[in-house]
Amino acid sequence: MGFNIYDFTGMTHNMHVSFMEHMSPLMTTIVEWTIIGVCYLLFIALFGLFLVYAERKVCAMFQQRMGPMRVGYWGLLQTIADFIKLLMKELITPKGVDKFLYNLAPFIIMIATFMAMAVLPFAKGLQTLDFDIGVFYVTAVSSIGVIGILIAGWSSNNKYSLIGAMRSGAQILSYELSVSLSLVTMIILAGSMQLSVIVEGQRDAWFIFKGHVPALIAFVIFLIAGTAETNRGPFDLAEAESELTAGFHTEYSGIKFAFFFLAEYINMFIVAAMAVTVFLGGWMPLHFGSLESFNHVMDFIPPLVWFFLKVGGVIFLIMWFKWTFPRLRVDQILTLEWKYLLPINLVNILLMSLVVLTKFHL
Amino acid sequence: MIFSKYLFFILSFIAIYAALKVLISKKPMHSVLYLTLTFFAIGGHYILLNAQFLAVVHIIVYAGAIMVLFIYTVMLLNLNIQGEFPKSRLAKFASAIAGGILLFTLIAVFRSYDLKVLADPSLNQIGLVKNLGKILFQDYYLPFELSSILFLAAMVGAVMLGKKDIY
Repeated sequence: MGFNIYDFTGMTHNMHVSFMEHMSPLMTTIVEWTIIGVCYLLFIALFGLFLVYAERKVCAMFQQRMGPMRVGYWGLLQTIADFIKLLMKELITPKGVDKFLYNLAPFIIMIATFMAMAVLPFAKGLQTLDFDIGVFYVTAVSSIGVIGILIAGWSSNNKYSLIGAMRSGAQILSYELSVSLSLVTMIILAGSMQLSVIVEGQRDAWFIFKGHVPALIAFVIFLIAGTAETNRGPFDLAEAESELTAGFHTEYSGIKFAFFFLAEYINMFIVAAMAVTVFLGGWMPLHFGSLESFNHVMDFIPPLVWFFLKVGGVIFLIMWFKWTFPRLRVDQILTLEWKYLLPINLVNILLMSLVVLTKFHL
Repeated sequence: MIFSKYLFFILSFIAIYAALKVLISKKPMHSVLYLTLTFFAIGGHYILLNAQFLAVVHIIVYAGAIMVLFIYTVMLLNLNIQGEFPKSRLAKFASAIAGGILLFTLIAVFRSYDLKVLADPSLNQIGLVKNLGKILFQDYYLPFELSSILFLAAMVGAVMLGKKDIY
C-alpha cells in the first residue's frame, strides 16, 4: 500500500468531524455545501481559462504559428484578458426573443455541466457524490445540456441559431447512444456502475489493458462519440462559422456567451475525465503485473497528478483531431453514428460479454 | 436527511405547478418545457424514494430523449404562433370523457390504499440497480423480454410507416 499519504478520505472525514463539533448539523451541511460549491466554481473557472489557452496554443502548434504571445510570458495571461473583456461587454437582449428562455438557456447548460462534475473521482476520497449508478448519472445529466442548447436556439428567434440548435440536438441525441453503449461495454467488465468501484477495480491493470481488444474498440468509440457530444470539431457543424455564424449562441453577448464557451470546454474536460475514469484507471498509477520496483516508483506520484496527467493526455488527443480533420457534413455525421458506430458497438458488447464470461482478460 | 420532508413538498409543488402550466401556457414551446420540468420534479421524487436507477432512467428517457423529440416537433411544425387553437365540440366532449375515465380509475385504485401510514423510503432498497436487475431478470424475465420485443416491433413499424417507397 504505497499511497496512503495521498488518501483524502481521512482529511475530509476530519474536516466533517471538526465542523460537527463546533456547529449544528444544519450549519455543518450548509458550510460543507458552500465549501464544495466554491471549490467547483474556482476549479471550473480556472481550468476553463487554462483549457482555452491550451487550445489556442495546440491549434497554433498544428498550424505552425506561435499562438497568443503578447499578454504575459508566452501569452499566459491572454485568456484572463479575454475573460475581463467579456465581463465588461454589454449584455444585449435582441428584440424578438423570448426573454425568459433566452436568459435561462446559458444557466441550464452551466447547471448540466456542474451536475456532471459532481460524481467525478479526482483522487481517493476526493469525490462529492458516489452514486451506485455514477456512470449512468453522467449520461443522464449530459442530456440536460441538449435542452439548454435547444432553448437557446429557439428563443433567440434567429435562423442561424435555430438551425444550429437543430443540428446540435440531432447530433447529441444520436451520439449519446454510442457514448452510453461504449460505457456499458466497460460496465460489463467492471461489474459495477459506481465510479469509485470502477476505479478500485483498476488497481492491477487499467481496464483498457484488462479488456484488451473490446476495451480498445470501446475507447475509440467513446472518444469519437464524446467529441461529437460536446459539439467539438470535426463534429462542430452546429456552430459552423462559415454557414451559421456561431450556431445556437449567435445572439448571445458578453458573459452569457462566455457561459456557453466555458461549458463547452468543461464538457470536454468531463468527457476526458470519464474516459480516464472508465478506461485509463482514474487516479490509479500505472502498474505492470510483475514489475515490483516499477510499481513502487509509480506509487510515489500522487493520484491527483496521475488523474490530471491522464486527463491532459486525453484532452490533447481530442484537440489533436479537432485541428487535424475537416468538418463532417450532417449526413456524414448521422451515417457515421447509425450505420457504423452503433452496429460496431452492439457487436462489441457481445464480444466483451464473451471475454468476461470466459475470463479471457488480464 | 433532515431536508427530505421539505424537499418532498418543494418537488411536489414544482411538479403540480409545472403540470398546470403545461395546460395553461399559450405557446406550445413553453408547454413542452414545463412538461420537462414536471419530469425532472418526478425524477427528484424517485430519488427521495431511494430509487436512483429509476430516477436516472426517467431523466434519460423522458427529459433527455422524448422531450427533445417533442421540442423538435414543435420547432419543425412552427406552432409558435400565439392564439387559440379552435377544436370541434365533439373533440372537446371526447377528451373530457377520456380524462374523466382516467381520473375515475385513479381514484378507484388509490381508494384501496391506506395512505395514512408513513414509511421511511430510505429503507426501501428495491429501486437500487442491483435489486431491480435481479427482479427484472429472474422473477419477471418473460414479461421483460416480451415488452422489449414489443418495443422493437413498434420501432420497426414506425420506420415502415415513415418510409413510403419501401414496397
